[in-house]
Amino acid sequence: MRDSIGERIAPYAYIAPFFLIFAVFGLFPLLFTFYVALFDWNPVGEHTFVGLDNFARLFDDPRFWNAMRNTIGIWFLSTVPQLLIALGIAHLLNHTRLRFATLFRMSMLVPYITSVAATTVVFAQLFDRDYGLLNWVLHLIGVGPVNFAQSTWGSQLMIATMVIWRWTGYTTLLYLASLQAISRDIYEAASVDGAGNWKQFRYITIPSLRPVIVFTIVTSTIGGLQIFTEPLLVSRSAPLTCGPVRQCQTLTLFLFEQGFGQFKFGYGAAIGVSLFILVVAFALLNFLLSTRIRREKP
Amino acid sequence: MTGLILRLRRGGRIDRVPWWVYVLLTLAVVIAVFPLYWMFVVASNDSATAYKMPPRIVPGGNLLHLTELVFSTVPFVRSLINSAVVAVAIGVGHGVLCALAGFAFAKLRFPGRNTLFLIVVLTMTVPTQLAVIPQYMIMSKLGWVDTLQALIVPGLASAFGIFWMRQHIASTVSDELLQAARIDGANSWQIFWQIAFPLVRPAAFVLGLLGFVTAWNDFLWPFIILKSPEMYTAQIAIKALQNSYVVDLGLAMAGSFLATIPMLILFAFVGRRLVSGIMDGAFKG
Repeated sequence: MRDSIGERIAPYAYIAPFFLIFAVFGLFPLLFTFYVALFDWNPVGEHTFVGLDNFARLFDDPRFWNAMRNTIGIWFLSTVPQLLIALGIAHLLNHTRLRFATLFRMSMLVPYITSVAATTVVFAQLFDRDYGLLNWVLHLIGVGPVNFAQSTWGSQLMIATMVIWRWTGYTTLLYLASLQAISRDIYEAASVDGAGNWKQFRYITIPSLRPVIVFTIVTSTIGGLQIFTEPLLVSRSAPLTCGPVRQCQTLTLFLFEQGFGQFKFGYGAAIGVSLFILVVAFALLNFLLSTRIRREKP
Repeated sequence: MTGLILRLRRGGRIDRVPWWVYVLLTLAVVIAVFPLYWMFVVASNDSATAYKMPPRIVPGGNLLHLTELVFSTVPFVRSLINSAVVAVAIGVGHGVLCALAGFAFAKLRFPGRNTLFLIVVLTMTVPTQLAVIPQYMIMSKLGWVDTLQALIVPGLASAFGIFWMRQHIASTVSDELLQAARIDGANSWQIFWQIAFPLVRPAAFVLGLLGFVTAWNDFLWPFIILKSPEMYTAQIAIKALQNSYVVDLGLAMAGSFLATIPMLILFAFVGRRLVSGIMDGAFKG
């Protein structure tokens, strides 16, 4: 039976929307970023070709390196604890006989459905120097007050806390799903052999989760390097720089400040290109490390 | 009975659960929920108490007043409607379009299918959010700046969604069933709507839900695109409340709380399915 022409082109029509959307709003803008980065480009005025000038200026710009340090700092402060905590909670949730299991799992997702904007408003208040709950608690034990928002490490810690709060539960569920795929016979045998909680965690849980751990490292890296909303909303007085001395301005926020705050599209695009290279480099590094770990395993 | 068998076969440790596991998990729940509680506490006390030490840690009776203030400071009803329009359009469109493409990749034969699917998977690794400046230029050329379609159209299909739906359709919809429908003279469009889609509707629903939540909470792109207060989504309205001349911490807090309530209500109904959906989508082993 030969299909009609309509039936033969139908599959292409079904997949076309994605390719169209990706081409117009994803791939083309990405390629065009590389092009715009070569210009002195004002959204309303002229644009003149300047070659690699934007990049030369960028690499001499202390604001760029500051944003780079902040981005990597926040990424590190948020990713490492997030994955470790998620691993621990997933291990705790992975009991067949656990009561209230559904309630525990659902609660893990509450931060995920809360918007970043709302999260930031709350955490900024919790970390406030004068009226924040955290400083009140610190005061009770004789410390502080700590002005989190004013210092570099403090504001980065604050932002990292928001990221950890928001994503740990989601990551926990991913880990838990992988854990549940491990046959309970293995744990049973280990338990019979007298392996306690910690040994089961170390020798059964961690090794079998390796693929999903690599996956979450990659996704949280790609997401973590593009953090924008938290630093924008943390500082009320100087939102575009995340404070008067750019103490927590990330690369994405720097891009936004230059592109949409100062209308330097070319310079902003150059930041975008650098960020792109950074993300690709991190992804490659992750990939290399993970294949290396896999190969080293006997 | 089958439920019991499934329970027993499921993975997971089987030793008795020690009491401290409950303590630690309860602590995790408290940490997960506390910021929302705190939002409610600050939003329901009057502004003066927000600036008092020690802070009040129980809700007050001022929520209504602050809510009124939110609605009079920014067009917040409009913002909630805008958010709902964008999130519903993306939720439904994303669920259906990804199911359709996933169906094509899972069940239809056509030249170039495998290559095209590989391209779809590869696009997942491309960080396109970095291209906001040209994206803005395109929207400006289309005349879509300050419109809701600028938020909706780019979110209608995703590589992740197609990948997800393809997996579900490949494992749920049997080839024999489709073959039988073909012999009865059904074309692929009819087969999709009458056989394939009804079978994978739960998966499409969870996918739509993920799209809905992401769209409702999105910030960067709406912040770039939306200019006039009547077009703001709820998230951008929160930012506007934070900047408003009324220096009131409770105001932004009340706005955040009001923007979160719809999500919490939705979550109460579909949270279970969202949890199992996320866990199903995770790769196993």
